[in-house]
Amino acid sequence: MKKLSARRRHPLAALVVLLLALAATGGLYAAFAPADKAQADVAAQSLAIDEGKKLFAVGCSSCHGLNGQGSSDGPSLVGVGSASVDFQVGTGRMPAQQPGAQVPRKKNIYSQAEIDQLAAFVASLGPGPVTPTKEQYTSTNPDDISKGGELFRTNCAQCHNFAGQGGALTKGKYAPALEGVDAKHIYEAMQTGPQQMPSFPDTTMPEEQKKQIVAFVRHTTNDEPNPGGLTLGSLGPVTEGLFGWIFGLGTLIAVAIWVAAHTTKAKKS
Amino acid sequence: MSSASSTTSGAAKPASTRAKPANKWEAAADWTDGRLGIYSLAKANLRKIFPDHWSFMLGEICLYTFVIIILTGVYLTLFFKPSMAEVVYNGSYVPLKGIGMSEAYASTVDISFEVRGGLLIRQIHHWAALVFVAAMLVHMMRVFFTGAFRKPREINWVFGFLLLVLGMFDGFFGYSLPDDLLSGTGIRFMEGAILAVPLVGTYVQMFLFGGEFPGHDIVPRFFTIHVLLIPGIMLGLLVAHLILVFYHKHTQWAGPGKTEKNVVGMPLMPVYMAKAGGFFFLVFGLIAAISAIATINPIWAYGPYRPDQVSTDAQPDWYMGFSEGLIRVMPGWEVGLWGHTLNLGVFIPLMIFPLVLVSIAVYPFIEGWITGDKREHHILDRPRNAPVRTALGAAWISLYLVLLVGGGNDLFATHLHLSINSITYFVRVGFFAVPVITFIITKRWCLGLQRRDKEKVLHGRETGVIKRLPHGEFVEVHAQLPQKDLYKLTAHEQIQPVELPAQTDENGVAAKSGLLNRTRAKLSRGFYGGGSQIPKPTSEEHHEITSGHGHH
Repeated sequence: MKKLSARRRHPLAALVVLLLALAATGGLYAAFAPADKAQADVAAQSLAIDEGKKLFAVGCSSCHGLNGQGSSDGPSLVGVGSASVDFQVGTGRMPAQQPGAQVPRKKNIYSQAEIDQLAAFVASLGPGPVTPTKEQYTSTNPDDISKGGELFRTNCAQCHNFAGQGGALTKGKYAPALEGVDAKHIYEAMQTGPQQMPSFPDTTMPEEQKKQIVAFVRHTTNDEPNPGGLTLGSLGPVTEGLFGWIFGLGTLIAVAIWVAAHTTKAKKS
Repeated sequence: MSSASSTTSGAAKPASTRAKPANKWEAAADWTDGRLGIYSLAKANLRKIFPDHWSFMLGEICLYTFVIIILTGVYLTLFFKPSMAEVVYNGSYVPLKGIGMSEAYASTVDISFEVRGGLLIRQIHHWAALVFVAAMLVHMMRVFFTGAFRKPREINWVFGFLLLVLGMFDGFFGYSLPDDLLSGTGIRFMEGAILAVPLVGTYVQMFLFGGEFPGHDIVPRFFTIHVLLIPGIMLGLLVAHLILVFYHKHTQWAGPGKTEKNVVGMPLMPVYMAKAGGFFFLVFGLIAAISAIATINPIWAYGPYRPDQVSTDAQPDWYMGFSEGLIRVMPGWEVGLWGHTLNLGVFIPLMIFPLVLVSIAVYPFIEGWITGDKREHHILDRPRNAPVRTALGAAWISLYLVLLVGGGNDLFATHLHLSINSITYFVRVGFFAVPVITFIITKRWCLGLQRRDKEKVLHGRETGVIKRLPHGEFVEVHAQLPQKDLYKLTAHEQIQPVELPAQTDENGVAAKSGLLNRTRAKLSRGFYGGGSQIPKPTSEEHHEITSGHGHH
């Protein structure tokens, strides 16, 4: 220790300390930093962000601003997360066709790779809900359907209708029908609360329950053959009444006219 | 053995005036007649004449659907458990597995999925109910527009009206029984309406539900009302309705040989026995086919009722739809009175609901009072020949339809891409404006048709043949109508407005004519005055034109 202490005033001492500190930092970093693959991910991620930014500039920036900061025509996208982008672009809602009461679902023109790039860019603007993985929204437990049904009737049916057929909201807005919607998109809608919909973050509705709701919606709108015959849209008594009047009573009156027109005529003899 | 017994019976009544029965059927008929008097009944009624027209079969549709409802309803009671006890579902329908529900709901799901033919019977029951009430409404409109409610049939009109109202309510109670999410929402709606009644509302609610909503009593109570009380009353009214149809004899359209004192048509036996019997099977077959094709009230999809859950598209069946419309379009007014809340937003619609129904029920009596007509009428009016009546009926229907639009405003919004707010505003204005507009248009329409009839009687029908006269003029050749058509177009009687009693009595002293009399005279002018009917052609006019002096 004396040797070290004697040389602490040496002109090169500071340099040696600096070198040692750098080596220690570098060594520690090398030891603890994520492996090569992670480094490649970072590179790919920044590439995706770059690509996403270009796509964003073309397709989205006219309303949301060049940096997603929002404008008078569209909200800020800082903090909406990748799940929002995946939902909005994946269901064709964004880019929006025209302003109106509500942006409708339409044909999606982006590939999933492009959507992921856009999502990466928007996610880089600020932390938000992350696109779910397949395990998160795919249920394997058959009991999930009935549990999801109960949750659906408590949280969703008042707007989306008992069978996920959608319903009216004020002033031309509506809750869309859930028929043919991807499980991932249903999950993302609950995470992010698009348009009129409230969001159901994991703090109010745990992942497990979202997965159950997805299982119920998929089962009800897609998998299940209806036991009673034609569903008439699963819209409740209004369509039933219309059907009853037209095909029930309407046909019966036609039959009555037919019966009345065919009668025994008194023979003239 | 048989020969021995026949000898005995032959020996037992040698004094009988009747010939010995030819076979055992005649013997059985004799036996029955001796105890029930069926021969005289049959003699009086089997050859009863009924006129033939498709619109006279609307009542038959009501009768047959009612029979179908009773038959299928009995089957359903064998499996339905009217109980609100909690059970956990463990049947074959996966999306309900492990969910807590009432026994009423669980047993209805079991009827749908476990009981053989249960779902089909349920759907027949429900579809038949929808068609039943619709047919009653159309039947009532037929009677209304043809004036078949006039003396002597006013009481039967009221019986029919009561059947309609009871049918509507029994339908509502049936809709409420399965205790699914939709029916529970309907009961909640009804509870809200009861609570909105000032003073007694809360007491009535507590009495009906046996405590706070939903309690455990409402389904069993509704069950008794649905399967016993109302059907029992309806059955009685139905029999009375039919007895009166026999007693009054059926009305008929005007035509050659048809008078107020006869009925022209065909006998019950065998023609109408065959036609009506066949028609029953056509009705049953059609309802069964519809029930096999289309779902009605998929209670399994609604889920069990829980007061904290609700689905959109929660509407009543169509016949209660106008009450839903009244509630939906009424502004949510509330006033505080002496520390109590008066919920006008619900109470006013609740009061208008019976008014809409009663306004059509009392019409025959109002018309009878205005015309002062005490004669019997068995010949039907053509709707155009009673323009004000027809216009009033059309206005009533338009009001009903506007309210139905109000009741389904959310579906009109989503399916026609409209704003639900705009629809609601439209219905608010339309509630007052549409019936008035309908009245004016319908009345003008009727008058136009009357003018057309007059034209046809006097000038014949247009043949489409164009002739050129020697001096170059073109005319269309008109052909005279056959005598029987002329009769149909001119058979109706045109009522003249009542006159006010003389303003002064024989001594020249001013007499009080009374507000009631003045109102009556005014209404009578409105109904039958110059602006409300076109004078029908007289035989002199007809003779004048067809005698050859005219140039047609």
